Amino acid sequence: MATHVHDHQHAHDQHAHGSELSETQLRVRALETVLTEKGYIDPAALDLIIEAYETKVGPHNGARVIARAWSDPAFKRALLEDASKAVRTMGHESRVGDHLVAVENTPQLHNMVVCTLCSCYPWEVLGLPPVWYKSAPYRSRAVKDPRGVLADFGVKLPKETQIRVWDSTAETRFLVLPMRPGGTEGWSEERLAQLVTRDCMIGTGLPKNAREIA
Amino acid sequence: MDGVHDMGGMDGFGKVVPEPNEPPFHEPWEGRVLAMQRAMSYAGAWQIDMSRFAQERLPPQIYLTASYYQRWALAMEKNVVERGFVAPDELAAGHALREGKSLKRKLTLQTVREAMTRGSFYRQAQAPARFKIGERVRARNIHPPTHTRLPRYVRGHVGVIELVHGCHAFPDAVAIDKGDDPQWLYTVVFDGRELWGADADPSVKVSVDAFEPYLEAP
Repeated sequence: MATHVHDHQHAHDQHAHGSELSETQLRVRALETVLTEKGYIDPAALDLIIEAYETKVGPHNGARVIARAWSDPAFKRALLEDASKAVRTMGHESRVGDHLVAVENTPQLHNMVVCTLCSCYPWEVLGLPPVWYKSAPYRSRAVKDPRGVLADFGVKLPKETQIRVWDSTAETRFLVLPMRPGGTEGWSEERLAQLVTRDCMIGTGLPKNAREIA
Repeated sequence: MDGVHDMGGMDGFGKVVPEPNEPPFHEPWEGRVLAMQRAMSYAGAWQIDMSRFAQERLPPQIYLTASYYQRWALAMEKNVVERGFVAPDELAAGHALREGKSLKRKLTLQTVREAMTRGSFYRQAQAPARFKIGERVRARNIHPPTHTRLPRYVRGHVGVIELVHGCHAFPDAVAIDKGDDPQWLYTVVFDGRELWGADADPSVKVSVDAFEPYLEAP
């Protein structure tokens, strides 16, 4: 079984406390034991799945996609044309399915992605969604008050900027292609990728400033 | 179903609170739950909309107070029992008391990589697409008591077809074991004021991905 340090400091609202948590642990263990004994699952294979999500599948994959789109106009066109196909050429651990769509931010338009009904998220390029993405505050407000949600993230856009919210209600997954920050002319893809945050690929953040990285 | 999971546009949940340097899992059991879910769906035990529907059927007070992976675990318990893979006495005992059913395949060390690839939801179209890009459509005012992916906040409202995604398995049918029932899938974009009234921010547009049976001529 994968090992972690139990973080007692950690307490966000949605987590159960003390005794409930241990009840959950016991129930999950019971479920895994039963499913294993009945021959449905192999715990060693589960370890590998967990390891992949902890170490290989994450927003660094999406950051490489964005950095390439910023540096290679042909790749950018291909990405906006058919993101599944374009991303598949990059050979990530969690290979992308058929339904990825990239949406481009411009000076006039800011894109933001949500799943109001559950937690749909482009795992292959961003890894597992953060707790806030799956939380009631984000799911309820993103479609009604996106500027208010952006303010929660410290992002303020000009009044004239059009905001487009993509509610992921089917199996289509959306990846935001943010605008390339100024002052990055001639940067390598590797260096550009360091500017790409997870949140700027969801649309709740902007890429880092060129001065923020060494 | 018109459940608490359909949260778009609800007030009162407060601010979004991002967690700095958030780990993939906060507790080891969360990873076990995710991986079990992955393994059981790879094995063909159920499909994703059956998991979603199982979560939606949790009592509202449980849905709203359980953590994300607690909901997954509760939905998985529901699915293994309802679909006859495990009996309640086995869950209570924490051990298998009978032999397992046979499954299509099993997630093993050798098949993990394959299982990490997301499946395709494309299906063979049964008819040509009814709507075209640029066409105005109304989201139907429907309230199916079972699983649906048409959120309440767009029902009855008029939007514009922006993308046609091809023909996909239809979640409303899949979730209740009625097969794939393939349907055309569209991105439909709505003006913020159409959804939220004249006082809403005029710079906002919101889209949903809507299956053809959710839409009608305006």
